[in-house]
Amino acid sequence: MEALLALAIGVLVAAAVYLMLARNLLRFIFGLVLISNAANLTIFTAGRLVEGAPPLVPVGLDAPVGTVANALPQALVLTAIVIGFGLFAFALTLMFRAYTTLGTLNGDEMRVAEPREHGEGSAMR
Amino acid sequence: MSWLLAAPIALPFLTAVLAFLFRAGPAGRRISVAGNAALLAAAVALMAETLREGVIAGQVGEWAAPFGITLVADLLSAVMVVITAITALAVSVYALADIGERAERLGYHALFNVLIAGVCGAFLTGDLFNLYVWFEVMLISSFGLLILGGSKAQIDGGVKYVALNMISTILFLSGVGLLYGMTGTLNIADLARTVPELEDQGLVTLIAMMFMIAFGVKAAVFPLFFWLPASYHTPAFSVSAVFAGLLTKVGVYALIRMFTLVFDGDVGFTHQILLWVAALTMLTGVLGAAAQNDIRRILSFHIVSQIGYMIMGLALLTPLALAGAVFYLVHHIIVKANLFLIAGVAERVAGSTELSRIGGLYKSAPLLAVLFLIPAFSLAGFPPLSGFWAKYVLVAAAIEIEGWVIAAVALVVGLLTIYSMTKIWAEAFWKPHPEGLEPALTRLPPGDRARLLAPVAALAGLTLVIGFFPEPFVAFAERAAGQLLDPTAYMTAVLGAAS
Repeated sequence: MEALLALAIGVLVAAAVYLMLARNLLRFIFGLVLISNAANLTIFTAGRLVEGAPPLVPVGLDAPVGTVANALPQALVLTAIVIGFGLFAFALTLMFRAYTTLGTLNGDEMRVAEPREHGEGSAMR
Repeated sequence: MSWLLAAPIALPFLTAVLAFLFRAGPAGRRISVAGNAALLAAAVALMAETLREGVIAGQVGEWAAPFGITLVADLLSAVMVVITAITALAVSVYALADIGERAERLGYHALFNVLIAGVCGAFLTGDLFNLYVWFEVMLISSFGLLILGGSKAQIDGGVKYVALNMISTILFLSGVGLLYGMTGTLNIADLARTVPELEDQGLVTLIAMMFMIAFGVKAAVFPLFFWLPASYHTPAFSVSAVFAGLLTKVGVYALIRMFTLVFDGDVGFTHQILLWVAALTMLTGVLGAAAQNDIRRILSFHIVSQIGYMIMGLALLTPLALAGAVFYLVHHIIVKANLFLIAGVAERVAGSTELSRIGGLYKSAPLLAVLFLIPAFSLAGFPPLSGFWAKYVLVAAAIEIEGWVIAAVALVVGLLTIYSMTKIWAEAFWKPHPEGLEPALTRLPPGDRARLLAPVAALAGLTLVIGFFPEPFVAFAERAAGQLLDPTAYMTAVLGAAS
């Protein structure tokens, strides 16, 4: 199971890096989503996998019986998913705004905040 | 748990909520200033307690370490919180005259205070995953502040800032996951205990490199700094001042914390890389600055260059070098935030931050010229200002262990810094204004003049105090460095005497 997940993480990262190398920012964002999910899976897998044993405490006892799944990585992943979702929503909105105000999604063409080439000075405002 | 530890995080959040509720009128601004004054008081109280006790720790919700989230303040954390509070108060006063009503209605003060809460949280947490959460709190509020107003340049800079910072965050998160998988703990003090006992130290070094890259992006070190000069000159001056002062320094703090406490097993490898990074960061930053013609862009590249000095202190890892790094952090935050605030005043009176479009500030605004000279010369390392002592301690530490190359780089970069500062001085202050304008401070409305200049003067005064009376500050930095190199007190405070 670990090997399968490790393979899945590897494929996700590879696809993500391929997408993020593109000049088109929308592809970049999709790559970012993939790699953040790869990170979540990494945490989940690193926390050891236990099959079919939810970490539940039986009635009347103080601790779960036998080997149960580690609940902490699940809590961490849940936190990371929520934060990642917020960031992704922001990033998508920002890219949309960039497209409407700058008229391009090509990273190479976004040079409004950079100094002009011929010593004209920056186009700050 | 001790409320002293929670107050620097809770107060800015409370301030943010109130400032958001009253964002429509002048009340929001006043709440922000009052909240930051209260934060400064809380930070000073925390500092006093830390000076008395050494290290103080508290467990959130009384969940014993290493299972719960720990808040912990040693001298480094405490001094960072104090400096954060000073910067936040200065910038929130400055913002009274700098931030327009439109940005206020969009929630500027709320975002600003959430950012401060995130910064304080990152300095005070003793838990690795919690550190990630504070990084995210900082990140999302800084996104908002950066593009508030929505000009083309801001969107452009924002895209680059968001993209690179998110990659760093994901790398950090993966590193946290892998380290947890190896040790089964996220408590930093507990990690310091368990990581050296691991069998596979090669894998630990690999994870250490993931952390180095992740924090390196945040700290804007070579070759990961490109987002910084692409974005820091675009937002409002208050925003770029607080970014310049605090955000990269959180990255430096995280590097210092992790690479003194947890990842100090293979110093010959990791800290050797850090030393190269430090030298190249100093050089590329200062050379990049030499090619710029906008005050804020020059200053942005100098942030990068100065970060190199702090990393150098960490890389050398001697008591004196770490003391130098701590001293440098404190000095740098004050000076850098102040220079960005001054750039804002210069823009208001002379019309631009573009060096070719302004001038004449020395003749018509001599007070501003003096206020600029203090942090500028301090940044370049003129005696007897604070930057001189910071560089002096670091260079002395390098020579002490015969690191001639890094010492030489540090000195040459200091020299080149003078070049940039004299460039700003000659262009903005000395040469006549190209449009024949007389950019006197009286061009500002009287109320705004006080609100803009009081924080600048206060921070310049602080630079002078550190410069003229460096002994207590150096002694403090040495004590903080001692705590970093011998983490026994830190671990006992967090885990109890049993460890």
